[in-house]
Amino acid sequence: MTKYLQVFSLGIQNALVYRVNFFFRATFGLVPLLATLYLWRAIYASNPDRPDVAGYTLSGMISYYLVMTVVDALTGVTEDDWQIAADIREGRISQFLLKPMDYLTYRLSLFAAGRVVYTAAALIPVGLFVALQHRHVVGPPDALHLAAFVVSVALTALLQFLISYTMALLAFWLLEISTFIFILFAFEYIAGGHLFPLDILPPGLLAVLQFTPFPYQLYFPVGVYLGRIQDAELVRGLAVQAAWVVAVYGLARWVWARGIKHYSAAGG
Amino acid sequence: MRPPDHTPAPQALASSAMTGWAAAWRRMRHHAGVYAVLCRNSLVREMSFKTNFLLWIVVELLWFALQLAFVAVIYQHTERIATWSRWEVVLLVGASHFIQQVFTAFFLTNCVQLSDHVRTGRLDFFLLLPVNPRFLISLRQLDLGAFVNAASALAVMVYAGARLALRPDLLQLMGFGLLCAAGVLLHYALMFMLAAVSFWTVQAQGLVWGYYNLFNVARVPDAALPPGTFRVVFTFVLPMLLVANVPAKLLAAKLASPAEMLLLLALAAAIFAISSRVWRLSLRRYTSASS
Repeated sequence: MTKYLQVFSLGIQNALVYRVNFFFRATFGLVPLLATLYLWRAIYASNPDRPDVAGYTLSGMISYYLVMTVVDALTGVTEDDWQIAADIREGRISQFLLKPMDYLTYRLSLFAAGRVVYTAAALIPVGLFVALQHRHVVGPPDALHLAAFVVSVALTALLQFLISYTMALLAFWLLEISTFIFILFAFEYIAGGHLFPLDILPPGLLAVLQFTPFPYQLYFPVGVYLGRIQDAELVRGLAVQAAWVVAVYGLARWVWARGIKHYSAAGG
Repeated sequence: MRPPDHTPAPQALASSAMTGWAAAWRRMRHHAGVYAVLCRNSLVREMSFKTNFLLWIVVELLWFALQLAFVAVIYQHTERIATWSRWEVVLLVGASHFIQQVFTAFFLTNCVQLSDHVRTGRLDFFLLLPVNPRFLISLRQLDLGAFVNAASALAVMVYAGARLALRPDLLQLMGFGLLCAAGVLLHYALMFMLAAVSFWTVQAQGLVWGYYNLFNVARVPDAALPPGTFRVVFTFVLPMLLVANVPAKLLAAKLASPAEMLLLLALAAAIFAISSRVWRLSLRRYTSASS
């Protein structure tokens, strides 16, 4: 355990090098977010006789995007998948086959370190942005939902990491995986609830989406925070999210074992 | 990359009788020849990674479909966004994607690579060649897949136009072409300036990411934005709100006044001129990295 704490603190120092980069990334990301918020305001203003869209008031809608941005800063994978693919391609994982260190746990420690630094760097721009929209920020309905939200964010982070990790392991077989990363990212973007809250979709489509891991990568914790997901649905959702984490973890281990057999340590 | 074949323009032979026009003509022909070679190189490169080439087209198509899906979902819940109806917004998203893809085809990869050239010192080599260095750096690689995606954007626009029962005349279509060209030039000038920042901070990883975020604003219908700082900045400083809105509005006959077209053309010219200055300033700062 202590060795992974070492990795974590090394990761913090490493990520601190990119703090300016992270800051700009977070700040630039607010531009399209602001445009989307203006778009929704215009939609609500165009329908003055209808105060809500699929159960969202204007404040509810704006809060959705704000909470989504915070969850994304806390759990989103930024560079990890590219780095893992590069480690494999350039033969740097050979050392992990010799040392008593598990590569998945090692990467998870680095991911955690990266998220801590990223969140710190994004704190000022995102905090300012939320403060500017404060009139529209709604809190969670009660302490129970807040607690469920915290648990769910942790599970989201694990799920995000494990899915990206498994995807990056494709580098064992393929030289160039960026197209696959972008295709996965596109699905996460729309089916994860980045673009709009998933429950404004027709119910049939939403039901289909809930059989995929994507809603649990972003939409679910935000829905819990806003009190859109309650009672039995909340409990079931948390269970399904945890099940996805376990399932993808198993998949990651399996793909790694297959990949190592295929691995030729190019350059290593 | 293999340096393009070329015969150095023999400056010494240029007779005094040769007028400025003739010299300019020769320079143009010389650069056109270089460009033909660059295009051939790009084609060979793309064809040696065929699967990857096709997959990138799929990625771009997917992202385009995603934007259209967003429009479809939004219009489940409203009839209009300010003055914009559903198919007008589809036309706008199509125009934005078309302009962005034409820009990608000619310029995007090259702009992104500029920071690499600076870091590795490869820029020295470009500066020594007997072609205009900005020309070579900006147009070195042609992204052929982007033309396929530009065509998909055109197809979507034609469909949206049919749903809106638009019958643009020849003048409108020519105007649309001109405005799109101005939009591509604007994208290029802004991206080139962003890339030139790499002369100051060699690390420019966030570049493409910043670019995608900024240029996302182009497909927002302008009437949705209230007057204020955001709208002023993205109209006059980084004219993302003009790039796709003005050509789409020309086709849909939604232009408030022809002044909007003039503004787009004037800003494209002005920002291109500024990017030339920035380029010269940056070159002055360049101290080779390789030696």
